[in-house]
Amino acid sequence: MTDTIAAPLLSIDNLTISVGSSAIVEDVSLQIGAGEMLGLVGESGCGKSVTALSIMRLLPEPPMQYRSGTIRLGELDMLALSEKQLRAIRGEDVAMIFQEPMTSLNPVLSIGDQLREMILLHRKVSNQEASTRAAQLLDRVGIPSARTALDRYPHQLSGGQRQRVMIAMALACDPRLLIADEPTTALDVTVQAQILDLIDDLRRETGMAVLLITHDLGVVSQYCDRVAVMYGGRIVEQAAAAELFANPRHRYTEALLATIPASNPPGTRLPAISGTVPPPGNRPAGCSFHPRCHAVIEPCTTTLPRLEGIPHATRCWNPAS
Amino acid sequence: MTLLEIENLSKTYPGAHGTTVKAVSEVSLSVEAGEVLGIVGESGCGKSTLGRALLRLIEPSGGDIRFEGKSIAGLSRRQLKPFRRDMQIIFQDPFGALNPRHKVGAIISEPLKVHKIGNTASRAARIAELLALVGLPEGSAERYPHEFSGGQRQRIAIARALALEPKLLVADEAVSALDVSIQSQIINLIAELQEKLALSIIFISHDLSVIRHVSDRIAVMYLGRIVEIGPSEDVMETPAHPYTQALLSAIPRPNVPRAERVVLKGELPDPANPPLGCAFHTRCPSAMPHCTTERPALVARKIAACAKPATTACHLYEVA
Repeated sequence: MTDTIAAPLLSIDNLTISVGSSAIVEDVSLQIGAGEMLGLVGESGCGKSVTALSIMRLLPEPPMQYRSGTIRLGELDMLALSEKQLRAIRGEDVAMIFQEPMTSLNPVLSIGDQLREMILLHRKVSNQEASTRAAQLLDRVGIPSARTALDRYPHQLSGGQRQRVMIAMALACDPRLLIADEPTTALDVTVQAQILDLIDDLRRETGMAVLLITHDLGVVSQYCDRVAVMYGGRIVEQAAAAELFANPRHRYTEALLATIPASNPPGTRLPAISGTVPPPGNRPAGCSFHPRCHAVIEPCTTTLPRLEGIPHATRCWNPAS
Repeated sequence: MTLLEIENLSKTYPGAHGTTVKAVSEVSLSVEAGEVLGIVGESGCGKSTLGRALLRLIEPSGGDIRFEGKSIAGLSRRQLKPFRRDMQIIFQDPFGALNPRHKVGAIISEPLKVHKIGNTASRAARIAELLALVGLPEGSAERYPHEFSGGQRQRIAIARALALEPKLLVADEAVSALDVSIQSQIINLIAELQEKLALSIIFISHDLSVIRHVSDRIAVMYLGRIVEIGPSEDVMETPAHPYTQALLSAIPRPNVPRAERVVLKGELPDPANPPLGCAFHTRCPSAMPHCTTERPALVARKIAACAKPATTACHLYEVA
């Protein structure tokens, strides 16, 4: 639960990414330390997935353009690397898992083939050794009878098992950072708990850092050390998870926590947030939340507030106290 | 007054290699006028199939459905048509449910045309009335679905469902695809309309916190059967069935510590080959030997934790 990280593993500083003239992600800064789990939360269109994809340079360039800022992974300057250098880093230092494991797996190759491919690509080992390693990985992620499971195909597995296989592939090279983009959104709650527990165990065991991207505030509060809340392409609040949920300061975070059914007595009217999330390219001036905010004051409509405060940072002119 | 009663409703589908998939097995329940019944369960539990089968949008394989006391299970399409006015449904994906080539006004008034209600002028007035009812701006009638956001599209779908002044609305994952800040707007709207129009609603969702918020009573489904049903408060505060307990404890909630959770092992068994006895025994932390052979009936049972008996299908409790 560090609030400032001495030597962060991943450090994103003032990152701005745009398509044409409209910024998708603006002035985003994030740090993650080894073994830490950082939650990046927000609603659709807030820029959380673009931020996640930008780290491994997985965004199509063009149309996406890194306008300014830096992304550093340890000693590596990710924005200065060639495609060849990036390929060596992807999977090796940073791995990523996605919402829908079925589309991330090749339907015509067995689980074993896909795991071995990953291992052989990054490690100078024999086929035999790769198979042994693949079985170990499946065992580690809780797939029963791992040896025989290697011969199965993605369609023969349930959604939860497919996500376990994706995690096994992600772990193949002991990455220093795992980026998990809505890894449990497509899964049932009972399976979601299993998968999140697994990711949590793994990072405690291996010291791997995790960037967890989600829209689910409950998930973040139960698994993450720190949380960054995004709205309209910017980080609007960042703090230790317990602190953020106990004392939300940005009016958006405050409203979001207040509006969910779990925060309200059954049958009562939910304190709704009016209006809709502004699309990129059409974000309002000043604080982009101001048209939906109930605590607007003079500068909100005209001037963008800065992300200020250590260790609890917020980008708000009139924060909740 | 009981509006809808279903008895032993089943729906089976032919599965691979001559097997039979029982999507819904012998489900009985009733919905009172003006009541919200929540149906909760994970994917594959049969909750959506149940919602569609009780409206006869898909044909049930067995059992009876009575609407205001009249059986509708055996009615022909033509005989069913007057009942259709009283029973409407809204779906998860409001984009898929709206014809992209029709203007919103035409979409909302289509049910009126199908049932030959009113003339052009009276329909136009009704469209305006419905748009106001669901909180859409005037002038929306002349626009197309793609011009609206997800939340607004769900409002359009709700307006269309309400055009015929139904008595029963089935909401199948109606807020699941919406962002958190939009979800609460639509939940509020549905609750408001329910009260204003004295609607009965069957609210189907995988999200227990949403179900708890909107429902008077809750039915929990597992592998095609109801495992527990009762007043919302009882089911949520003193869940009897181990599956309900696990489901409740698996929901991650802000400001609720992760300690003392029941994390279930394994996943939903194959509905083409459900376990014998209680279908939940393969994952149940409290399974006993006879759970594997004998299926517990859904009846009132004495629960140690509370004075009132709970209606649950579980051998752990004595029959009240």
